Amino acid sequence: MNAAAFTRHIRRNLLAYIALLPMAIVVVFAYLGTMLWSVRLSFSSSRLLPKDDFVGFAQYTRLFETSRWVTSLENLAIIAFFFLLICFVLGTLLAIFIDQNVRAESLFRTVFLYPYAMSFVVAGLIWQWILNPDLGIQATMRDLGFPDFVLDWTVNPDKVLYAIILATVWHGSGLVMALILAGLRGIDSQIWSATRIDGIPSWRVYLSIVLPMLRPMIITSLVLLSISIVKMYDVVVAMTNGGPGTASEVPAKFIMDNLFERANIGLATAASTVLLITVLLIMVPVLYSQYFGKNGRAS
Amino acid sequence: MFILKNAVAASALALAVAMPGAANAQEPLDAEVIHWWTSGGESAAIGVFADAYNAQGGNWQDSAVAGGSAARSAAINRIIGGDPSTAALFNTSQQYHEIVEEGLLNDIDAVAMANNWDEILPAPIVDAVKIDGKYYAAPVNIHMPLWIWYSVDALNQAGIENPPETVDAFFAALDKLKEAGITPLALGGQRWQENSLFSAVLTNVGGGALWEAVYADKDEDAIHSPEFREVIETFIALKPYVDSASPGRNWNDTTAMLINDRAGFQVMGDWAKGEFKQAGEEIGVDYGCIPGLRPDSPYVLGGDVFVFPKTDDAEQIDAQRLLVEVMTDPETQVAFNNLKGSIPIRSDVDVSKLDACAQLGLEIMSDPSRQSPDASQMMAEYIYGSVQDVVTELWNTDMSVDEAVKRFDQALNG
Repeated sequence: MNAAAFTRHIRRNLLAYIALLPMAIVVVFAYLGTMLWSVRLSFSSSRLLPKDDFVGFAQYTRLFETSRWVTSLENLAIIAFFFLLICFVLGTLLAIFIDQNVRAESLFRTVFLYPYAMSFVVAGLIWQWILNPDLGIQATMRDLGFPDFVLDWTVNPDKVLYAIILATVWHGSGLVMALILAGLRGIDSQIWSATRIDGIPSWRVYLSIVLPMLRPMIITSLVLLSISIVKMYDVVVAMTNGGPGTASEVPAKFIMDNLFERANIGLATAASTVLLITVLLIMVPVLYSQYFGKNGRAS
Repeated sequence: MFILKNAVAASALALAVAMPGAANAQEPLDAEVIHWWTSGGESAAIGVFADAYNAQGGNWQDSAVAGGSAARSAAINRIIGGDPSTAALFNTSQQYHEIVEEGLLNDIDAVAMANNWDEILPAPIVDAVKIDGKYYAAPVNIHMPLWIWYSVDALNQAGIENPPETVDAFFAALDKLKEAGITPLALGGQRWQENSLFSAVLTNVGGGALWEAVYADKDEDAIHSPEFREVIETFIALKPYVDSASPGRNWNDTTAMLINDRAGFQVMGDWAKGEFKQAGEEIGVDYGCIPGLRPDSPYVLGGDVFVFPKTDDAEQIDAQRLLVEVMTDPETQVAFNNLKGSIPIRSDVDVSKLDACAQLGLEIMSDPSRQSPDASQMMAEYIYGSVQDVVTELWNTDMSVDEAVKRFDQALNG
């Protein structure tokens, strides 16, 4: 494109550029700008108020010497693995179940998707009450005549992560179901006819033909679930507040505590930068293969 | 325009200084106050300040923000944004020092000097609010966060005749309560409550000197001393006396265990009195308070202060001064602290209107050697946060004493 053509191009699209300008400003300043600024702050000695000095990687060194942060990362990894696995399997099975033209399908759909409509705080509180040894299932079972019944997940440091996973799976499975179901409905019925003529069992059709065709849905749901794990904060605060001890601490809570309660902006921004990099490391390859890969849409 | 404005301001100041009583004749002094006292007892308490300020011809504009850290953030954001409130509730922790250093506050030396604060306030409180020889905050109450509360009925049922006065007697009482099938120690398993319990063990087993050596001086020798190891061991020894439903329980639900006589003791600040009072319980009849388990146990002084954001507006400065006068006035102090559960900041007040525990507290506090600063005043928030992380891990895992000592050292000196 030579200079004249470029000018012509600009002139022709001037209105479009003007219209896009506010959006571009918002993206650059409100999203990229704040992100870069917090990365910048993670290299400063900021405590209560942002400072302009430069202390290198001191905050990062301190961060990884903090046992609570390391525990938080471990917890996040454990929760992420089980949450993604269970949510995905359960959500897909629910979708396949509903896809069998069951009676009262819309009722089931609503019931399974309903938890997702609830905020994490509400979901967390509900499960906190259900699992509370004094009020919930354990107390009820003991009152019913099983005095040795134990269900102490929320108060037992070794099992508290199960409780968190249970609540988040209950919350998130419906979303996977809805997305996969939408995909299943888009499968050409002739494929099913063809496989029936060939005498292939349904489970094999789902596994080898239908699910690979649903790749975009699967990736979308995994991406959405992953994001909800990384920013997981409210459900933990509502259920256990990180306890007992530090057994259910998560990185987002570490960041919030240091940012507000502990007036430690430097450490908090270092932690959020680590989290940002982790997310990018996971998401970029996934998104890349989704949009630019061999089988992607953009090819 | 500037000259005119300054002239008006100057004359207003002159008038206010010359005729303090004439404030009524003027426009009422608007004072917007940010605070986080939103629960029943707390909002009744701040109502005392509002009424007293309005009675002096002011116009109190209440700006309550739920949650301490949210309210403090709101106040700081307003200051940085150039639209500060007249006053804001605050804590005298590291955050306070930082905003003073940043020059975000007006000093209130004029009122402090006129009222002789150096003399009438307890030394730790003066140390907490005074920076570089100037007062930047008005203390309004003294909370002792480490009272040991007990249920009279529970102790009677367990056959304990006198409330314990030593650590050994305390453990003996815990054993008796356990035998009687009553939860000996009521604890809400939240980070800050576990930390209160640890502080109580540190002050009562270790004593005031160790308390300040470890937390204020962060002295390596003190942290590695046998005395501090004994503190950690005693803290660990308390674990079996707590019920299994403790983790995550709120402090007021925990106090309710004493009110219902389902538990013997609880370590909690004097704000717990509000819960007992609301349940219709009486000191000495239904519940009691123990200030410490050794004759020289330190009386830890915590409390709330008001800060006054920087402004050049003469009318706002007048309003700030009037607020300080009103809040620290002896009569307002008694009325306010009775509702808040704390004790007044000054000793020249009518003690007969205070309850028995508050009177006991004032009496102990009159001995300067027993006054001790609160943990939050001895170290920066981020250090205190790490210390609390160690305490909560120590309580909830099988951490060894050696490991605990190492972690405390790391948190305090890392």
